[in-house]
Amino acid sequence: MYAFEYHRPTSIGQAATLATEVEDVKFLAGGHTLLPTMKMRLAAPASLIDLSQIAELHGIERSAESITIGAMTKHAEVVNSSEIRESIPALAEMAELIGDPHVRHRGTIGGSVANNDPSADYPAACLALNATIITNKREIAADDFFQGIFTTALEEGEIITRVSFPIPSRAAYAKFRHPASRYALVGVFVAERGNDVRLAVTGAGADGVFRVPEMEQSLSRHFAPDALEGIIIPPEGMNGDIHADAAYRAHLVGIMARRAVQAAASRG
Amino acid sequence: MTTVSLTVNGQSVTADVDPRTLLVQFLRENLRLTGTHVGCDTSQCGACVVHLNGQAVKACTVLAVQADASVVTTIEGLAQGGELHPMQAAFREHHGLQCGYCTPGMIMAAVDMVNRKGSNLDEQTIRAELEGNLCRCTGYHNIVKAVAAGAQAMVQNPVRQAAE
Ligand SMILES: Cc1cc2nc3c(=O)[nH]c(=O)nc-3n(C[C@H](O)[C@H](O)[C@H](O)COP(=O)(O)OP(=O)(O)OC[C@H]3O[C@@H](n4cnc5c(N)ncnc54)[C@H](O)[C@@H]3O)c2cc1C
Ligand code: FES
Ligand code: FES
Repeated sequence: MYAFEYHRPTSIGQAATLATEVEDVKFLAGGHTLLPTMKMRLAAPASLIDLSQIAELHGIERSAESITIGAMTKHAEVVNSSEIRESIPALAEMAELIGDPHVRHRGTIGGSVANNDPSADYPAACLALNATIITNKREIAADDFFQGIFTTALEEGEIITRVSFPIPSRAAYAKFRHPASRYALVGVFVAERGNDVRLAVTGAGADGVFRVPEMEQSLSRHFAPDALEGIIIPPEGMNGDIHADAAYRAHLVGIMARRAVQAAASRG
Repeated sequence: MTTVSLTVNGQSVTADVDPRTLLVQFLRENLRLTGTHVGCDTSQCGACVVHLNGQAVKACTVLAVQADASVVTTIEGLAQGGELHPMQAAFREHHGLQCGYCTPGMIMAAVDMVNRKGSNLDEQTIRAELEGNLCRCTGYHNIVKAVAAGAQAMVQNPVRQAAE
């Protein structure tokens, strides 16, 4: 890892100012993507701004309509939050499938969403649950936020402060884990809210996380696995690599979608 | 250089470090606590697991400066007064190790598991919870047995557990 300057602000305002004053900065959250990347010298920022001491970025809040999670909230805190378990159990279950216990003690929702890794789990949850990504500057709908592999709507120096999730009537996540990396080979998050059904896929798309409108329409008429019969996901536009080719991933999308719908439907 | 102050195995330490110093490097090279190992250095293997404010973390993926003002426990901090921690004793008793390279991380992960999940751990839970710890020797079988037995021993000896 190349040398860098280290800053540890205690407010969002300080962090935002630092980001404009200091050359070539990166924010440091849990460091579980950024530090490995810096070790491989794929990233070499001149300065790191550690967000961990900013109290405003922590905490989980529940209102009648939504759950709002501070950007620095760790995966393990989401897993263990009784508020989330009660209102959006699928989100806690998804967080429990991230990496391993040690990773979940460090990795954060803000880091995961900002990074938009094509195999990460949170982007699928955000998209399916119709989350709003709140930054120090504005509010961005998940539909506009994720813009392709490792690409988001975030501008230079913009800080995610919290992510807000409308509470669905039922939802579930089905993940086919890569057995070694534990990232999603394919993961499908489905959420129903009133008559609105949203279904998002991670791990499979060559452009990162995506929704499947055909499945959503069919599920909004009839929320059951058999509503997905006959819907074929073509391999075009799917990611293929040594772990799984595009046709295999396309097939898995159908399987994981059925499993997610089954799990959500059984929530009654 | 940045100054860090933290408590390691009950002792306060203060040092000036290059910000890119990893916590594992700080423990091994500055403090000479070489029980914590570096296996992969890519966040995969868990040989470097220590407790940071009571939670298991991969010390190769934490900067020393991120541990400022924190409490760290390493494998060296488990045994009290020359007597092995019940989890260490269980690994010895059940042949939970061969070369021993992964063992400090396995034991720190196992103690963390008991702290979070309690002492009645079934095989499936233990295997799932050890996903972040790789062993090249044992085939895991005896590690799983050792963790189950160590978890039981930890409740039977609550005084020892409190010492952690
Ligand atoms: C062994 C291992 C297994 C893993 N398995 C999975 C898995 O199964 N599924 C999964 O989804 N992920 C997995 N991860 C990734 C893990 O969830 C990461 O922690 C996460 O993707 C990044 O979060 P972080 O808090 O560590 O962010 P960091 O690494 O600190 O930051 C990541 C990026 O986001 C930026 N950033 C961070 N916070 C903010 C913010 N508030 N505002 C703006 N930008 C910000 C940083 O500048 C950086 O560019 C795994 C990681 C490891 C090491
Ligand atoms: S050395 Fe830290 S995970 Fe392998
Ligand atoms: S005992 Fe050798 S790596 Fe586990």
